[in-house]
Amino acid sequence: MKLITVSGPPSSGKTSVIVHLIADLRHRASRCAVVKFDCLATDDDALYASHGIDVRIGLSGNLCPDHFFVSNIDDCFAWGRRYGYDILFSESAGLCNRCSPHIEGCTALCVIDNLMGAGAPRKIGPMLKTADIVVVTKGDVVSQAEREIFAFKIRQANPSCLILHINGLSGQGSAYLSEVLLRTGDMQTLQGKELRASLPSALCSYCLGETRIGKEKQKGNVRRMELD
Amino acid sequence: MIEDYKTDTCTVEELIASHPYVREFFAMNNLPMENGYRTIASYFATLPYTLLEDLGTQPPVLLGRFHAFMREMANIRERQGVDIKSLTIRGGRDKRGNVEDIELRIGLGDLVSIVGPTGSGKSRLLADIEWMAQRDTPTGRQILVDDEIPPASWRFSSDHKLVAQLSQNMNFVMDVSVAEFLVLHAQSRMIDHYDQKIAEIIRAANGLSGEAFELDAPLTSLSGGQARALMVADTAFLSVSPIVLIDEIENAGINRTKALALLSGQNKMVLIATHDPLLALSAPKRIVVCNGGIMAVLDTSDEERQCLRQLQAMDDIQTVYRDTLRSGDSLRMCRDRACGGFHI
Repeated sequence: MKLITVSGPPSSGKTSVIVHLIADLRHRASRCAVVKFDCLATDDDALYASHGIDVRIGLSGNLCPDHFFVSNIDDCFAWGRRYGYDILFSESAGLCNRCSPHIEGCTALCVIDNLMGAGAPRKIGPMLKTADIVVVTKGDVVSQAEREIFAFKIRQANPSCLILHINGLSGQGSAYLSEVLLRTGDMQTLQGKELRASLPSALCSYCLGETRIGKEKQKGNVRRMELD
Repeated sequence: MIEDYKTDTCTVEELIASHPYVREFFAMNNLPMENGYRTIASYFATLPYTLLEDLGTQPPVLLGRFHAFMREMANIRERQGVDIKSLTIRGGRDKRGNVEDIELRIGLGDLVSIVGPTGSGKSRLLADIEWMAQRDTPTGRQILVDDEIPPASWRFSSDHKLVAQLSQNMNFVMDVSVAEFLVLHAQSRMIDHYDQKIAEIIRAANGLSGEAFELDAPLTSLSGGQARALMVADTAFLSVSPIVLIDEIENAGINRTKALALLSGQNKMVLIATHDPLLALSAPKRIVVCNGGIMAVLDTSDEERQCLRQLQAMDDIQTVYRDTLRSGDSLRMCRDRACGGFHI
């Protein structure tokens, strides 16, 4: 089975891209499923189901979304194999821009959109910078020049990735991406595999439920801003 | 020129001095410049642990990314435009499955209009061209470049910009000034000396819209007409793409015929989908689309060229009336019936 990790900021078009990809992949007789990671709630299970796509949902609740992802992805992988899928997509939002679900040996996708502005590639961390493929959406609503500038900024942030433009509404461009994905290798297990980037550390009193503000309440891994 | 950097002798500062764009690598990866006096190799090897944790990465990964950056930037500089001479549209099928019996060849500097009722498939034809369709779109059309099937890498990777697009739905969204925007666009093409180019673009854009804007105007504050004019001028002078696809710019509030002349004058192939008879007849050739298929390809006849002159005169009258009303003046009817009642 192949695991494709799909990341990207909220509303960048991850779900639309995956839905179009799976439609193309089905034409090529691939069995696909999705594991959607979110924090508090999601409607995407209904959305995927409406396209006849098998989906499982993981809500991280009050845990760090990425730590939650890593603790669950190998079970998800095993689930996908057990059910006989050819390709499993994991979808996660990358909410703090420091997060990245990408794993060595699994094809890594980052979906970002043209409306984020030229500064976005700098602000997004490993989920963009370590991706194999960067999918750019919403190209139909911005100027040609801005599309070119945006693609250049992505190229600077991730010099070795493949940059593809996909229209999330029409799906134009997804057929080629599905071909690219089909050419990637299969895996037997995620046991022993490594994340491409370390996860954000979070070990302070607030991780343990502290809500009060004040220096004496701050314990553990705390870092202060320099304001003067 | 790029390969001359040696990671164990060249310092970061030296490299930036000789290749200013390298600064962007450090900015893009949030890497500090204080240790720029170190050689490239030792710079990466001595990055503080806490910074590496913040970035979630390791020195060898960053160094690998740095080499890839240098390679790619050199590639972009070398790859200045795709040198093509022609585009061929080979017919597919319309919505009912009828065969489109057509093979249309378009060359550099050619201007072709696409006409047809709403929903007839004008945008679909533009999409087929943009996508370099190879009988793999709903229309089954095939697009050849220089009489051959273009390589897959041209079709899909955004590094080969064969096609530039301009449509009514496109807007400027970046929070920068017009000048900053044009500099960004020039830099994205690795052009070093862009001042003259930028001046040229501003002049052309202001000539198209009739309402001049300044270089320090925020990009997103431009009016619809100014924005469209800037997009056209930018595409004409700063885009490497030899093919320009335009989807309905009739309501853009710019001098449309001038805009087309500007684009095709830059030796580009221009295809424009339009409902505007003025634009449709401005092109020497027009494609008629109906029910998803190409119904005919017509050459603009001498008679139609006469009609075009008439249309142009009517358009000029419109322009004068519009400008008169916009500047607060009143219109007067002409008593001389010979001029049809228009007064200019």
